[in-house]
Parts: sequence; structure tokens; C-alpha cells
Amino acid sequence: MADQQKPAEKTYWLDVKTNVDKIWYGLIGICALTVICDLFYHKHLEYAVEDFIPGMYGWYGLGGCIFLVLSAKILRKIVGRGEDYYDEEEQGDE
Amino acid sequence: MSEFPPGLILILGALLVPLLRGHLRNAYMLALPIVGFWGLLTIPEGQHFVFQLFGYTLNPVRVDRLSLVWGYIFHIAAAISIIYAFHIRDTMQQMAALIYAGAAIGGAFAGDLISLFVYWEGTAIASVFLIWATRTEAAYRAGMRYLIIQVGSGVLLLGGAIVLLNDTGSLVFGKMELKGLGPVLIFLAFGIKAAFPLLHNWLQDAYPQATVTGTVFLSGFTTKLAIYALARGFPGIEMLVWIGATMTAFPIFYAVIENDLRRVLAYSLNNQLGFMIVGIGIGTELSINGTAAHAFSHILYKALLFMSMGAVLYRTGTIKGSELGGLYKTMPWTTGFCIVGAASISAFPLFSGFISKSLIITAAAHEGHWIVWLILLFASAGVFHHSGIKIPYFAFFQHDSGKRPDEAPMNMLVAMGVAAFLCIAIGVFPGYLYDILPYQVNFVPYTTTHVVTQLQLLLFSALAFGWLMRTGLYPPELKSTNLDFDWSYRRLLPATIKAIDRIYVPADRYIRSMFIRRVEHFIEAVFRHHGPESALARTWPTGSTVLWVAILLALYMIFYFV
Repeated sequence: MADQQKPAEKTYWLDVKTNVDKIWYGLIGICALTVICDLFYHKHLEYAVEDFIPGMYGWYGLGGCIFLVLSAKILRKIVGRGEDYYDEEEQGDE
Repeated sequence: MSEFPPGLILILGALLVPLLRGHLRNAYMLALPIVGFWGLLTIPEGQHFVFQLFGYTLNPVRVDRLSLVWGYIFHIAAAISIIYAFHIRDTMQQMAALIYAGAAIGGAFAGDLISLFVYWEGTAIASVFLIWATRTEAAYRAGMRYLIIQVGSGVLLLGGAIVLLNDTGSLVFGKMELKGLGPVLIFLAFGIKAAFPLLHNWLQDAYPQATVTGTVFLSGFTTKLAIYALARGFPGIEMLVWIGATMTAFPIFYAVIENDLRRVLAYSLNNQLGFMIVGIGIGTELSINGTAAHAFSHILYKALLFMSMGAVLYRTGTIKGSELGGLYKTMPWTTGFCIVGAASISAFPLFSGFISKSLIITAAAHEGHWIVWLILLFASAGVFHHSGIKIPYFAFFQHDSGKRPDEAPMNMLVAMGVAAFLCIAIGVFPGYLYDILPYQVNFVPYTTTHVVTQLQLLLFSALAFGWLMRTGLYPPELKSTNLDFDWSYRRLLPATIKAIDRIYVPADRYIRSMFIRRVEHFIEAVFRHHGPESALARTWPTGSTVLWVAILLALYMIFYFV
């Protein structure tokens, strides 16, 4: 495979660190925008908690994802094994 | 010719595949699902080909609005997967894929439990060849485990059908109460194939072992046939709401730490099935519509995601997140298609998942299942996190792996393009999908509330990902095996057998040695009397020997005569 084609490779937009920062701050900006949106329309909701504070869904998603990732890190400590965990045993059965 | 049992075109058509070569074979294979789809458009609703067998009525083809949804999407999935596999020159894989797709289609139209059983086992046996076609030791073993579990599910189904026949005298496959042995066995059979929690692990074990193209086929049919069967047999069973909710949440933790990106997709497939099962459990017209719609859009975007990861595997030879990165530079089209699939599974507005999943979540909220509703929202955020962001990010972006593979082959790009087009088309024009759902749809997905809240949920999830990445809290992709429930039968069971062995072997050795000692004592005793120094071993005169021989001869002759 043509893995290594070193000579004078084109620099992509995403290769520049400041551009990645731009995406990050852009994302924060859009998130803020969706929260502000909440102030300007009437919500059709099933539960009162959905309109507890502006951007309720956002905060729930943010909290949920942080919880997801941090508990997954703990899960990895419990269930994580070497890549060839099953190989040795099953080869040994031959 | 207008009425032909759906699915049988693909199954019988597969038999002619070996006679054709090259482009002609490809064109022929693609024609089969297209002709089959045409057949569906013309076949009238109702029972067809009803016949008697040993005095029992079998109705192998039942056409109604529920089965048609699955019929349509199975044909579309088969056609797309066949295009994706155009470059394959492996007759076994091609035939297996066609028979597999045909069996799944047949199963969706089976009107009685025996026909369903036949197609059910058909999907199991045909599909295992897509795993074995990888032709590695690991794939062979994973395929074997897969086959045992799938065939086991079929055996439960058959057992349940026989018990039910005994109790009710009917083999009709319709709505059942979860009471008595028969329905429970059938429910369990469906549950295995639908990857219920703790019955799920065959999926994550086997799918990542299949070939590049095989996984794309596998992702479409087996589990969705099970979803259909549950929707047909057990709608409105409260237990399913909780089973489904568990399925949406439980696999995503594994998806976050899994390194094999096709296995990440297998976990998220499991999570998506959870949404459909919640819809079945709620059992209202809105929620059953949601399940059908979600199965339809899910098959497309999941196939699209598996196709994009398959293309990466095909071009780079690896699908481990820890070895990939920066591929967008040379695989821009694949990257783009992957992002469309990711946006669809995450249910971004204007993509297919948005207009189908919202039916189920709305139904859950509407019926007062507020805990389930909270779990579904959490799982939705989680899906975006591990499928929507993680998959494209680790394969195509993150740190540059230095790999500069070629863009995916043209046939793969076409297949991905068609799937991506349909994902967007369904998202933008949901009316066409809503029109074919089992019940009348009175649901408007694009309301301000719905669009804004969904965007909040997703964008803040992205924010969480960005923040965890930038602070280094995000767990890096590691080469690892994560123990899941398959540990119980891949490690615990063999270890238990070995432990029993460890107790049994010494005990066995002791008993044997005791027995052998007894035998030795006996031999010693015999030796004492008969050995060289014993009384019976003294040299006798020749005469006595002759006498003994004569006696023996006489005895022999007497016995012979008698």
C-alpha cells in the first residue's frame, strides 16, 4: 500500500492547530445559540422538567455524555484485558 | 409470474450464480432484488400459497402493511450490499449472501410458525458462511459460536411452535400472550436473535469477524427479522419496554472503550435495536409505526456506517481505532458518506434517524414512561457520542496515522452514495416513509420544539466530547479486549470444565490406581501359585502332560458333540 508518500505533502486546513480551535469555539457559540433560542418560542412538552432552565436538553446531553465516558473509563479498568486475551486460551485448546 | 413467494427469488436465484462470470454475474445478482422488489409492488395483501401438510395448514406468504415495510427495506438493503460487494470473486460468499437475504425476506412474510422456523434457520445457516469466508482461525471459531447460538434460537422457536400447536391446535403466527411454555419459548427465540441483554454477545463477537462485505449484509437482516417477529408476535408486552431501554443504554458504555471500530458499530447496532424494542413494548399505533420506521432507516444508515468502515478495512488492512487517523486526506468520499451515516444514526434534523426515532421517544413520553424516556434521551446523546463522533473521528481525523490509502473502489462508493442519498431523502421528505408504515401517521417531526431540543441534546454532547478530548480525560483508543458476556462461555465455562477436570482427574487416578493395585495383588497371588518357583510350575513327567492333553481333547470333543 502507498502508505508513506512523504515528499512535500499538502497541508490541510485541519492540520493547523488554530483552525481546530476555531471549530471548538464555533461549537461553543452554536451551543449558546440553541440555548438562547429557548427563550423565544413556546415549547410543546410532555413534562415540566423539560423547561426547567433554558437549554435543558443540552445540559442533560452534556451531563449524560460526561457520565458515559467517565464510567466507561472505570468499566475499562474492570473488563479491559490484553488484545490477545482469548487467542492464547483458544489456541491452547488445539 | 406476478405472484411469487417473496424471498424465494433470491434463494432460488442464488443457485444459478456459479454458472455466470464477471460483470454478467454482478448484473444478475443485482437484478434479483430488483425483480423481487417489483414483485412486492404488485402482490396483493392477504394470504398466498396456503397448503396442507400432514393435516396442518401452512400459510407461507402473508402480505400486510407490517410485513411489507420489512419486505421493502430488505430488498433495498440486499441491492445496496450486492453493489458494495461487486468486486468480490468468491462464489460461496455471493451465494450465501443471496440465500441469507432471501431467507430474511421470506421470514418477514411467513404467516405460520413452521415457515418462520424454516426461514429463521435459513438466515442462521446461510449467514455463517459470510463469517467463515474471512478464512481465519478466529473467524472460524466466532462463526461456530454464532452458528450454535443462532441454530439454538431456531430450535427454541420450533419447540415453542410445537407446544403452541398442542395447546391451541393452530400454527398461525400472530399476536401472542406471554403465558404458557409455548409463547415463552418463542419469545426467548426472538430475544436471542434480537440480542436482548445477556443474550446479545453473539452479535459483537461475530459481526466484526465477518468479511468486509459480509458484515454489511449481516448488519441488515438477522436482528431486524427478530424485531419484525417481536412486533408481530408480542406488541404491547410491558416487559419489552424495560428490555429495550436496557439495550439502548447498556451497550454504549462498551462502545466508548472498544478499539475495533466495526465492533463499536455492533454495540451501537445493539443500542438501536433497543429503541425499536421499546416501541414494540409500548404497543400503540404511534410506537409500532416508530419501530417500523426506525428499522427502515436504521438498516440504511447502519449499512452505510459498516460500508464506510469496511472500505477503511479494505484499503488499510486494519479497523482498529488505535492504528487509524487522518484518512480524510485520501479518502474524502468515504469520510463524507461516513459522516452522513453518523448524522443519521445520531438523529440530526434532516437525516433519517431524526424522523424515525422521534416517533418512539414521543410515544414513550406520551404513554407516561418517564424513566424510560430519560434513558432513551441519554442513549440518544450516547449514540451521537460513540457512533456519531467517535467512528468518523478516530477513523478519518484525530492524530495523523501516516496512512495514505487510496479512495474506496468505485462500486463501494456507489453503494455508499445510494445509502447516503436515501438517508438524507428520508430525513428531508419523511412523508414517503410515513406512507408505507403499518398505521396512519399523524405526526409532525419538524416542529420548533423538537428541532431545537434535539439540536441542544446533540450539540452539547459534541461539546462534552470536545471538552473531554481537550482536557485529556477521554479514554484513548487502546489495543485491548473488553470482557463482555461472551466471557461466560468462552472462558468461564471452559474454566469450570477444567476445574471439574482438576478434581476429577486425581480422583479418577486414585480409583484407577487402587483398582490396578488390586489387580497387581491378584497377579502376585497367581504368580505365587503358578510362577516358575511355585507348586504348579514344577516339571512334570511327559506322561502326565499327555494325559492332560488327552483329557482336554476329550472335553473339547464332548462339548463339540453336545
